[in-house]
Amino acid sequence: MVNIQMTGAQMVLKAFEDHQVDTIFGYPGGAVLPIYDELAKERDTNQPIRHYLVRHEQGASHSAEGYARSSGKVGVMLVTSGPGVTNSVTGLTDAMMDSIPIVCISGQVPTHLIGTDAFQECDAVGITRPCTKHNWLVKDINDLSRILHEAFYVASSGRPGPVLVDIPKDIQFQTGTYIGPETVKHKSYRPKLKANIDQIDDALKLIAEAEKPIFYTGGGVINSGNAAVQLLREFVRLTGFPITSTLQGLGAYPGDDSQFIGMLGMHGTYEANMAMNECDLMINIGARFDDRITGKIDDFSPNSKKIHIDIDPSSINKIVKVDVPLIGDVAHVLEDSIKLWKSKVYKINKTPLKEWWKTIDKWKEKDSLKFASDKNTIKPQYAIQRLYELTKEKDVFVTTEVGQHQMWAAQYYKFSKPNRWITSGGLGTMGFGLPAAIGAQVAHPDKLVIDIAGEASILMCIQEMSTAIQHKLPVKIFIINNQYMGMVRQWQELLHDQRYSHSYTDALPDFVKLAEAYGAKGIRVQKPNELDKAINEMIEYDGPVIFDCVVEQNENVYPMIPSGKAHNEMLLGDETKKEEISDEGKVLV
Amino acid sequence: MSEIVSKHTVSVLVDNEPGVLARVIGLISGRGYNIDSLTVAEVDTEKHISRITIVAPGTEQTVNKMISQLQRIVPVKRAANVTFEKQGIEREMALVKIVSTGEKRVESMRLSDVFRARVIDTTHDSFVFELNGSPRKIDAFIDLMKPLGLSEVSRTGVVAIARGTEKM
Repeated sequence: MVNIQMTGAQMVLKAFEDHQVDTIFGYPGGAVLPIYDELAKERDTNQPIRHYLVRHEQGASHSAEGYARSSGKVGVMLVTSGPGVTNSVTGLTDAMMDSIPIVCISGQVPTHLIGTDAFQECDAVGITRPCTKHNWLVKDINDLSRILHEAFYVASSGRPGPVLVDIPKDIQFQTGTYIGPETVKHKSYRPKLKANIDQIDDALKLIAEAEKPIFYTGGGVINSGNAAVQLLREFVRLTGFPITSTLQGLGAYPGDDSQFIGMLGMHGTYEANMAMNECDLMINIGARFDDRITGKIDDFSPNSKKIHIDIDPSSINKIVKVDVPLIGDVAHVLEDSIKLWKSKVYKINKTPLKEWWKTIDKWKEKDSLKFASDKNTIKPQYAIQRLYELTKEKDVFVTTEVGQHQMWAAQYYKFSKPNRWITSGGLGTMGFGLPAAIGAQVAHPDKLVIDIAGEASILMCIQEMSTAIQHKLPVKIFIINNQYMGMVRQWQELLHDQRYSHSYTDALPDFVKLAEAYGAKGIRVQKPNELDKAINEMIEYDGPVIFDCVVEQNENVYPMIPSGKAHNEMLLGDETKKEEISDEGKVLV
Repeated sequence: MSEIVSKHTVSVLVDNEPGVLARVIGLISGRGYNIDSLTVAEVDTEKHISRITIVAPGTEQTVNKMISQLQRIVPVKRAANVTFEKQGIEREMALVKIVSTGEKRVESMRLSDVFRARVIDTTHDSFVFELNGSPRKIDAFIDLMKPLGLSEVSRTGVVAIARGTEKM
């Protein structure tokens, strides 16, 4: 590799090229003008970088996430100093919580002005330190190429996450030596990919002995990549064990498979949560015992041995003490596990497993996702069920905002492939869905991309409609419109004696006219019997659509484990509505 | 695990690069842990590795959690609990200024001898003592000096290392 002389701005683009980045999301401004100038100059080359101009930097960050989450590649964003960076903070934090690889390049005021409260100056590395996996302020042009390569490495290896490289404007203009990525090695960061083989064997022995086992899988499987997904499917079928998934892990195992017993957690199925509660062996693959999953921690799966596969050592024993920790990449650990299982000719404990499945089937009979249909008003669950039925033959990418609609989407839309379900799980960012859908559509131009939204959430990043129009991205926005911040309303109903404090939106825009104002198509449906036709109309329209699905206002998401309760204390539909929630539970979120 | 709150000494080996101390301290303060003392210095000038020693109160569980979170920071190479009870050696240095005359002055001089403190500055009315030892020894010295004209104290904070052949 020849070391080449070039400007800082050119180095940024050269690094993009070297890391196979062909797509970025961004917004120009004073402190990134040299980089934007290079983008303009290379527009006429054979393979120009596709730059998607967002309408707000938060949009850029979520679009980069949508791109990364739907493709498994690193999402890249380019923003200016000051407000450009602060507007990106929500998306960076979102990516941090859900372990999504993002490289954010930010402009900074020239080095001699740093610390002077210059125009559009902010302490970018200080502000983003807790919400990035790592970040850098570049102070010497000759460090720039190394830092850019390290940034891509850190973002995408180990437990992935967002990184930020803050480049002062004078550095972007200076000329220095560009070194290629192959010569750069981070001096200390080496995530462990393979787990200890003796510990894998310990885990397999537990699996062979288990009488009431369950797989509990999470986003780590999807982050690990397609190999991990295939190996998971192989291992689950090899054992015949039931499998449940976190919100983030949906799609790693086919949602319509008979071994899949639904999502677990606060709004998971009855059978999944009961199985977690009563199992004698829990095999956690790439999940992190999040509080939405465990419920009351003291009563979490009290009688089980626990195996935990995670690439991040700090996840092990963080919340729940496990018996066999396997620190490594899911794909590597599963590959070794399957090999060892076969070579040692382990057998599962068939008779008790049959009994276990009988118990699970009993729980299934509760049909915890059933809901009462209505002829006159659309039930939100029904809307999503119909959306699923009418689109399931296609390879659909679904993003969501945050709230009731998100949970209903997770419950009623079934995914058979990874990376098709794109949701803000950890941070719970309202406004995530539309820009994420834009990112997913950019990564998959010919696929159907639907943002299942709520009427409150969608307004938080509605400006990105303009991005979708400009770049001809035919995203479909399916709004479950109940005029309430539904999840807030639900909690107020259950925890605060139905005092609906500021959770009703009195002045909503006319979403059909809003769509038209942006240059998109608007559809409104209020009657159940009009739904199918309208959904088909939405799918067939070649361009962005805002679909205003007016639904029953008082519907709640069930089943539900109330805060501070255990898995076996679920609320099912309306039967136990007046359940008391303890003061201890009320303080939880 | 023990629920007793006690002082823990945590050693952290980091790449000596800009912002690394802020990352470590930011993580600790951001999660609501307290810090009693903190020392930092480069310990390998060729590889540019610094050692940060943190004394923090907490239960064994909270400190272990803090250590695993510290290990998530990219430039952190290793973090470990090297508390005294866990076969660690802890040392601290203090500079102690005494302003007094007459009998008190003589007594402070006499006591400093017992503690093997050195006088590194003096006037007719003052001493500055330099004292090395365990944090407890320094606490005891300071307590004794209080009635004898203790004026000012500067302490380095704890440095610690494991006993025997064990390496971090």
